[in-house]
Amino acid sequence: MTIAITLAYLLAAVLFILGLKQLSSPKGARNGNFTAALGMVVALAATLPLLHFTRTGITIIAIGVAIGTVVGVVGARLVRMTAIPQMVALFNGVGGGAAALVAVAELLKLGDHPALSLAFPSVFSIVIGSVSFAGSMVAFAKLQELMTGTPITYRGQQIVNLLLAAAIVGFAIAVLAIASIPFSFISLMVLALILGVAFVLPIGGADMPVVISLLNACTGLAVAASGFTLDNFALIVAGTLVGASGSLLTKLMSDAMGRSLGNILFGAFGQIHAGATAAGGGAQSRSVRSASAEDLGTLLAYSQRVIIVPGYGLAVAQAQHAARELADVLERRGVDVEYAIHPVAGRMPGHMNVLLAEANVPYEQLKEMDQVNDDFKNADVALIVGANDVVNPAARSTPGSPIYGMPILNADQAKNIIFMKRSMRPGFAGIDNDLMFGPKTVMFFGDAKDSLTKLVAAVKAA
Amino acid sequence: MTGGLLNQLTFFVLAVFVGFEVISKVPTILHTPLMSGTNAIHGIILVGAILIAAGANSPVTTVLGLVAVTLATTNVVGGFVVTDRMLEMFKGRQTAGARAPGAPNNKVASEPKK
Repeated sequence: MTIAITLAYLLAAVLFILGLKQLSSPKGARNGNFTAALGMVVALAATLPLLHFTRTGITIIAIGVAIGTVVGVVGARLVRMTAIPQMVALFNGVGGGAAALVAVAELLKLGDHPALSLAFPSVFSIVIGSVSFAGSMVAFAKLQELMTGTPITYRGQQIVNLLLAAAIVGFAIAVLAIASIPFSFISLMVLALILGVAFVLPIGGADMPVVISLLNACTGLAVAASGFTLDNFALIVAGTLVGASGSLLTKLMSDAMGRSLGNILFGAFGQIHAGATAAGGGAQSRSVRSASAEDLGTLLAYSQRVIIVPGYGLAVAQAQHAARELADVLERRGVDVEYAIHPVAGRMPGHMNVLLAEANVPYEQLKEMDQVNDDFKNADVALIVGANDVVNPAARSTPGSPIYGMPILNADQAKNIIFMKRSMRPGFAGIDNDLMFGPKTVMFFGDAKDSLTKLVAAVKAA
Repeated sequence: MTGGLLNQLTFFVLAVFVGFEVISKVPTILHTPLMSGTNAIHGIILVGAILIAAGANSPVTTVLGLVAVTLATTNVVGGFVVTDRMLEMFKGRQTAGARAPGAPNNKVASEPKK
């Protein structure tokens, strides 16, 4: 029996690995998700013979599975594509919470003076799972705009966080040494929850995806740790796979922003610095050009090549369909249209691709930064829709700027630049964008969707 | 059933390498679905949750088990469904991609809008 279960777990592990592998190509990605889901079903089925149900046990499992399924399906189906990042944060958080609770239950069962090899993973899982839960909830609240997206900082914050972490280590040692005093687990959990909140508060909304990715990896490790305590192969392997891949993904994401992970986590990026505010004050006195929809429509209609640079503003305005319509109208007039996708456009790497795919934008028109950057100098118009920091030349030219060194799209090299924006407000990085004041730039203010719709009408009329 | 800390450590270390190796080949555009997919996979904690919930015999274990199973199921189900929803669109756009790029005279006027 146990051999059969172990083999089934092995099968589940293979399915998870295959699923992840299939996720690496757009063609096989959907199948990859099915494969991984199948792995989950196999792992759950294999677990059934291990269970010794009490009456209460079977009831609470039925209730829990029913509630979780309804919440999961309804949440995942109804969420708008723009809200995907916070949905992932939420699903990650509940996973971390589950891992922490499983570890608490297991530690209670172990009784007094459990072996260190069992108690240590439980304590690890409680701490990391709780940090992941609380951190994910703050990330969710920030992205959902339930709270301010700008970093919340105070003097001595990092020292306070350090003290919190030290207190957690202290309590963890106490739990390991004396064990099985419920009060000490609860204190440990509460401290870890506070640390999770305190850790994410100083991180700005633009960096949330990196944080979510990191917390995703943490949840994976917490799950793996629970696997050590429960001596469960499936938990160890699946949790570790997520921990490893999540860490790598986190690194890739911060690389795409041209910054180190440490800078993202502890740099309180996106704060409106005193200097930036002063520059912002100066900005109001600098003049920008703006133009009517009709003028811009004519400019676009008689261009040969237009590159659209979509950003988060396009996503919040749900303007991906309007952007596609504009592209269609232009193509019908013989204009060559492409989309330049910055790796961190939207709120997560690849988020913009998902949004544009939803609007049925052909695959070939989506160009990644490296493919498209040389094309800007041949483009008649760079149409920037709700993007800002990803086209800010300060990343190339101003060493003191917080975004200095971040790879950007060369939109400034196009012959004309149409900058569509709601207002002159700076982007997430909290800094001015000189491109808006450039001689080739025309500002077109308004909600991205309304503005695009106006441009469509103007191009049709031209 | 797998027995022994050494075995566990072996699985752990090997899984770390497999995790890195498998993921390093994913293109940027799939990072969001990938994060969501891995997020669903750590919902395997549901196995742990039902293991502790099944034997619930006190108010404390009952509450812990119920909450853990609920949260873990939400993680698994929501994670896979939301990932599938994202990837569904990638499939759609491949058929849409049948149109030749950069052909200025393509006849797309008949194409349905919206």
